[in-house]
Order: sequence, then structure tokens, then C-alpha cells
Amino acid sequence: MMTRIAAWGAIILGVLYFLLPLVGMTEFSLKMRRGVYSFDAYAKVLGDPQFQQTFGYSVLMALATIVFGVLLVVPTAYWVRLKLPAARPFIEFITLLPLVIPAIVIVFGYIRLYNTSSWLPMTGSITGTNILLMMGYATLALPYMYRSVDTGLRTLDIATLTEAAQSLGAGWITILARIIMPNVLVAVLSGAFLTFAIVIGEFTMAALLDRPAFGPYMQILGANRAYEPPALAVIAFAITWACMGLIQLVTRLSKHSRALQGMEH
Amino acid sequence: MTTPPATRRKLRLPLHWLGILPFVLFAMLFLILPTMKIVIGAFQTPSGEFTFQNILDLNTDSIRSAYWTSIKLSLWTALIGCVMGFAMAAAMILGGLPKSVRSPLLTFSGVASNFAGVPLAFAFIATLGPAGLITLYLRTEFGINLRAMGFNILSFWGLVITYLFFQIPLMILIITPAIDGLKREWREAATVLGATSAQYWRMVALPILFPSLLGTFALLFANAFGAVATAYALTGPQLNIVPIKLFAQIRGDVLGNPNLGYALAFGMIVITGIANFIYITLRARSERWLK
Amino acid sequence: MAYLDITHLEKSFGPNRVVKDFNLGIEKGEFISLLGPSGCGKTTVLRMVAGFETPSSGNILIEGQDILGIPPARRKIGMVFQSYALFPNLTVAQNVAFGLKVAGVGREQSDARVAEMLGIIGLPDLGQRYPFQLSGGQQQRVALARALAIQPRVLLLDEPLSALDAKIRVSLRNEIREIQQRLGITTIFVTHDQEEALSMSDRIVVMHEGIAEQVGSPFEIYNQPSTRFVANFVGTLNVFEGVVVDANKGTVRVGESDLQLKHNLAGMSAASPVSLALRPEVLSLTPESRKDADISGKIVDLNFLGSVIWIKVEIGKSTILIDMFNSPNTKPPAIGDKVKLHFASSDILVLND
Repeated sequence: MMTRIAAWGAIILGVLYFLLPLVGMTEFSLKMRRGVYSFDAYAKVLGDPQFQQTFGYSVLMALATIVFGVLLVVPTAYWVRLKLPAARPFIEFITLLPLVIPAIVIVFGYIRLYNTSSWLPMTGSITGTNILLMMGYATLALPYMYRSVDTGLRTLDIATLTEAAQSLGAGWITILARIIMPNVLVAVLSGAFLTFAIVIGEFTMAALLDRPAFGPYMQILGANRAYEPPALAVIAFAITWACMGLIQLVTRLSKHSRALQGMEH
Repeated sequence: MTTPPATRRKLRLPLHWLGILPFVLFAMLFLILPTMKIVIGAFQTPSGEFTFQNILDLNTDSIRSAYWTSIKLSLWTALIGCVMGFAMAAAMILGGLPKSVRSPLLTFSGVASNFAGVPLAFAFIATLGPAGLITLYLRTEFGINLRAMGFNILSFWGLVITYLFFQIPLMILIITPAIDGLKREWREAATVLGATSAQYWRMVALPILFPSLLGTFALLFANAFGAVATAYALTGPQLNIVPIKLFAQIRGDVLGNPNLGYALAFGMIVITGIANFIYITLRARSERWLK
Repeated sequence: MAYLDITHLEKSFGPNRVVKDFNLGIEKGEFISLLGPSGCGKTTVLRMVAGFETPSSGNILIEGQDILGIPPARRKIGMVFQSYALFPNLTVAQNVAFGLKVAGVGREQSDARVAEMLGIIGLPDLGQRYPFQLSGGQQQRVALARALAIQPRVLLLDEPLSALDAKIRVSLRNEIREIQQRLGITTIFVTHDQEEALSMSDRIVVMHEGIAEQVGSPFEIYNQPSTRFVANFVGTLNVFEGVVVDANKGTVRVGESDLQLKHNLAGMSAASPVSLALRPEVLSLTPESRKDADISGKIVDLNFLGSVIWIKVEIGKSTILIDMFNSPNTKPPAIGDKVKLHFASSDILVLND
């Protein structure tokens, strides 16, 4: 049928468009040694101390952002659902703002607001700037983390769970740590993997705050080298793919275990 | 924290709101205040007085051209992204293709929409650049010399092609639920009443999808307008667009007027703000119909 | 030749035979219900008439014309869906006018027809409203008006009342029947609700696992079910086993009594088992003139429902349900009472499995 041909056409065209750059970067990255395919570019990159430093820095920042984000978002989303439904639209609006305001504008605001002559001179020290960058990352990841956790909380009857825990003598921290967190673990993990993917590749904030992150490192290498940049691109793509894949895995596992739990009754 | 006894009822309200204090503090310090600083700064002189001068100073050839190029870039990538993304999503859902096409396509869209920035630029340089895979392939197999034909990946259109790599998947992800929401019975009712496929699309399906389509177009526009990293890594200072100009200004005050940077950024916020506002209102409208 | 003729209709999805050798002739202006449990194939038959499914084999003719070669858009058939399927972006009036607009009917004529249809369904002032502003019952009436506006040859309704509240269901089904009779439009109505089928139809087709088990008037379907399935699906049934005594005379032995059936048991041999059934309403605790047979049992359950009393009587190993009207001056029996159930042996149904 005509529709089916057109449909296959659209899909194949699209797949081609997406596949070719991926193939291109992979192929190019293998061409470092003249005349033969080799992993020389990868060896060079992975052996580069700059790579190790900046990649390590970004991984650390990602983990810090994830921890901070979880500690910030989970109690807030829980509290809003439980006690402050009136605040919901207001909070949701805030979580949408990072999608509206470009990252470059946000970091520009940081630089002007928290410079050495301001009331909170965060850019005056390395640690201060690192914390500032982490806050920037947390801001970028906020919409995704909040939406994920909020969706996860929606499936729980947190009011009843809280009352049951309180009647057994649990305080707020216990409730959050022992009862809420385990039940939204899948949502939290999804948000965490997405945050990781965002932070690892982030360029604008790290470059303007002059921190040795993976994004700026990639850009500098791209300006100076030929074969290492595509190798980096392959690595970056693999990391992004792994993060998305882990999100899918975690989601599927939770559905599977939930189904099994249902069957046991 | 325990609930205070009934005699202290007056204090109950503030205590509840304390629970979101950390979040509000974070949002204030790292989202709202920085943005306000930019907005207010756009209307201030270096000495702090109120002025419109910064906005007026935006009216130089270079800056006007930057805005215009950014708008063109965002319009083109949003338009092509919408059309191609819609075509692929519609093909996946309504095209009579096997069900197994859907899941990989959506997963890949999730990955691709996040694969923006520096590595994406590298990928396209490696493919369509002077020594790129396709460039060489076309030259050796078909004798087509892209360079001689005037094509250069490090250009406006090169950036458009590169941006589509995350714009198209974003469209697919957002429009898929809307297309899913087209009930099969609407199609059947229209058919039984005598409508051809074209009539169904013209009179029923596209009008129903229109708010979603327009809204997502606005979202894609805003997304492209605010993007920095891909452009920086691909065309760098060669292409005069607002984010690049702002980047240079932040790095080293190339414009010679620190407050002009505020005005530039303010202009960005206004444009992306309007676009996102359009997206959100239209999405609310379409949700009412697809109840 | 019937107005709508379905002959030897078959539909298989892969290895599943969903519709098996379905035959039905419908006269012009008739209201036919396809009644059956979910999965029996009734909706598939309807969709084949509409043109949304292609039969694996068989024929469908309207006024002698084979419609299988005609695409659904050109069959001039009206269809009403369970989910109303009103176009949410169009007003009520625009929805009703849709089929006319598609056919190129002029503005004046179209407006007149829309006004007429809205009048028929009793919603003359709601033309400018949008579907999301209407209740379920109103939406379904608009859907009906939309289907009828193009003056179709056949009207198809796919469980149109299933999504509505019970009260609306009853009032709307009367309205639908009234409109159908007024316009004299040939109609096929698919439902799993026997009350709907019995109250609305000229004839009912009871379907089961792809086969038409019985075709007949509501009276016939209820009182003369030809198979165990039909007897069970439509109305309540008390089933018990007997043994053939004389096949030609039509006598059977149940327990210790010999009973005379209304018809003979042609084709059955003596001493072979036979399934018999009695509707609860034909049994009574008190003897009546035409009730020539009786069986003894003990009351094990009793439900006083006001005007009607449901009683469960244990007879041997089976449990029989009987209905009894409440009488203000007579006290109902009590659980544990030993009773005799009287019935006319001509009321016994023989179940052919």
C-alpha cells in the first residue's frame, strides 16, 4: 500500500541521516594510523593525562550533582505532594525554568552575581567555583530529576505510607530514607542516569567558569587534533547510550519485579 | 518534627512551608536571582542607574545580524525538525509498519536528543567535513566534489544539518503521544461518512494535532536559539549568532561595554521565553481536546 | 431476496476462526441485534459489513449489490461507535454536517439537514457546543445524528450504550428504537446486554464463538431457545438431567416421575440421556390448573426483593431457582420448608448441545 511505502521511506531516510554521522565518526576515529584501521586514536586519548584528569573531574562532578539533586528533589517532591498541594504549580513552574532560560544566561548570571566583589564570592576560590558549577549542573538537571521523581511518587500512596510509618514511631528522616527512597528508586535512578549524561558532556558552564571539565577538554582537542576528537565523540556517544540503556533496564526490571510481586499473592 | 499541639495552631502553617525551604533557597540562589541579575542589569548603567541605553545599543549591524542569523537558524532547524520528526513519528505509528520499529526508534530518539554539543560537532565534521566519510565517498565513487559545489560543513547550513540531529528526535519524542492520541475511531467514523484519507487529515487529524505541532515548533525554536556548545565546536567564531556573541562577551568583554552583555542575554531570555510560553499554552489547549 | 444479505461469511485472524459460516438475511427497515459475549465475533461481523475488516470468504449484498468490492467510504453506511468518536475539533453542528460536507452538499441544504437531525435527537440548541462540553448521552445522540445525516442505507451500532450510565442506557435505547422506526432505517445493533437486545429488536442473532446459534424474535429466543448456550445466555435457566423413555411420544423420566414433553424427541434412542431446562418463572409453589407436573424439594435460600421473591430449592443433587410474586396477604415460605414445585410439562425446554 502507498502509505506503507511512504512510511518505510520516511523511516529509512531518517535512519540513514542518523546512522551516517555515527558511522562517520567511528570510521574517522580508526584512521589515525595511515593506511590501516587501528585504535591508535583511542590509545592516545585514553593515555592522555589531560583526558584522565578532565574525565575524572566530570565524573566526580556528575556524582556530586546526582547526590545533591536527589537530596534536594526527593524530600521536596515528597513534601509538596504530602502537605503542600497548593505549592505544586509554583514548584513545577520553577522546575520548568531551566528549560526556558538558556544555560549560558544562567552561568552569566552566576559570574556577575557571585564574583569576588559580591556578597557571596563563590568564584573567588577553586572550591567555591566548583560548588557553583555543581549548582549550575543541578539546575540544568532539575527539570528531568523532578519530573522523574514526581512521577514515581505519583504511583505511591504516600499519605498512607507516611501515616503507617508515623504510627510505628518513625521520624521524617527515617520515613524518607527507609520508606520513600526505596520505593522511588527506579525514578531516582532514571533521573540520575540522565543527570550523568547531561553533566559529562556539558560545555558552556564549565568553559565560562573556567573549570577543567570534560566538555572544554573535548573542544580544545577538537581545535588542535584530527583523529582524537572523533574518538572522543565515540566515547561520549557510548556513554550517552549507556545512560539511556540503563534507564530502560532499570524501568523494565522494576516492572518485572512488580509483576512478580503481584503473582505471589 | 512533630505536629505542634492544638493550642499553638497559629504556628502550624509556617512550619509546613519550611519543608520546601531548601528547594526555594536553591532556586532563588541559582536560578531566579542570577536571571533577575541579568534582566535588571540589562536596564542599568555601570553605575547602577536605570537606562534603556543598553537595549538601544543592541542596534548595531553586528548584533542585529547575530539575532537575525540566530532566528533564521532556529526557524530552519525547527521547521525541518518538525516536518521530518512528524513524518517519522507518523510513519512509526500510522504507517502500517511492524510494531518492533517503535521501541528502538523511541530509545534512539532519547539518546540522540541528548547527544548535542561538542561531540556532535565532531561527528559531523568526521562525516561531512573536508576529509569526511561522505565527502570522500562521493568524490571517489561519484566524482562529486562537495567543496567545489560550495558546500562547507563549517557554515550556517552545516550547523542546520548538525542541529537536526537533536531537533528531529526531540520532535519525535514529543509528538508521539499526540499522534497516539488520535483515536482509531475518528479515522473510521470519518471513512464511513465518506471521507478520503486526505479529507480526514485536512478536516480532522491535522486540526486536532495543530496545537501540538505548533507548540513543539516553538519548543524546537527555543531549543536551537539557546544552544551554544555545538555551534562553538563546529563553526566557532566564524558564524555570528547570539549565543556565540554572548559567549565571547562573557569571556572577554569584546563588545567594550559590560552592560551590553546583559542586554544581549536579556534579548535571548525574551525570545526563548515567548517561544516557550507559546509551547506551554498550546500544549494545555491540545490536552483539553484529547481528553 | 433480503435487503441486506450475508452469506457464508468467514473471518480468520491467522489460525483463529473468529467468524464461522455466518448467514443472515435482513429485511428493509428491520432492527437486528447481534447478541453474544465478548469474543463471539459479533463486532467482527459488523466491521465486515462496514468495510473495516475484509472477510476471508463469503458475500455481503445490499439490495442485490455486492458491497465487498466497495471501500467503506463509498458504501453509504452509517456507524455509531461505543466511544462516540465525535471529532473534538468540530462543533456539534459541524460534526453532524461532516458527511454532507465531504459529499459536497451545499451550505443551505446541509444546514437544513443538520437542523432536522438535531431536532430528531432532541438537541436543537446545542449546535454550537463542542463535544467536550456534552455529557456521554448527549454525545452519543449527536453521533447518531451524524450517522443518519447522510441518509445511509444501513445503520450499524457497535455497543453504543456500553459506555453510558445505567439510567441513560435505558432512556437512550428507547429513543434509538423510536428514531429507527420513524425513519424506517435498516439497523444492525451489536450488544452483550440481553435486555437491550430483547427490548429493541425485531429479531435477535445470538452468537457464540463465531457461529450464529439462533436467529429469531425476542419471544422465540427467550421461550424457545434451540441450544443450551442460547438458553443459558438469555435469561436464567434451571438445568436438570433426564432419560428418554419413548422418543416418538416425547416422554422422559426425571427422578421418579415420567414427564410428557411438548414435542417428540425425534432422532434420540430410548434410555439415552437428555438435558432439560425450566425457566424460574414457570415454576410455582402452588398448584395451578395447567400445571400437570411436579417435583419435590427443600428450600435452601430465599431473597425477598420486594415485588419478587427469589427462592432456591434443592432437588436431589441439583439446585433450582424459582421466582415468586409477593402477595401482601400470603406469608412467603421459610428456609428449610419442604415444597412441591409445580409446572406445565409443556414448558420444559430440551437442550440440544
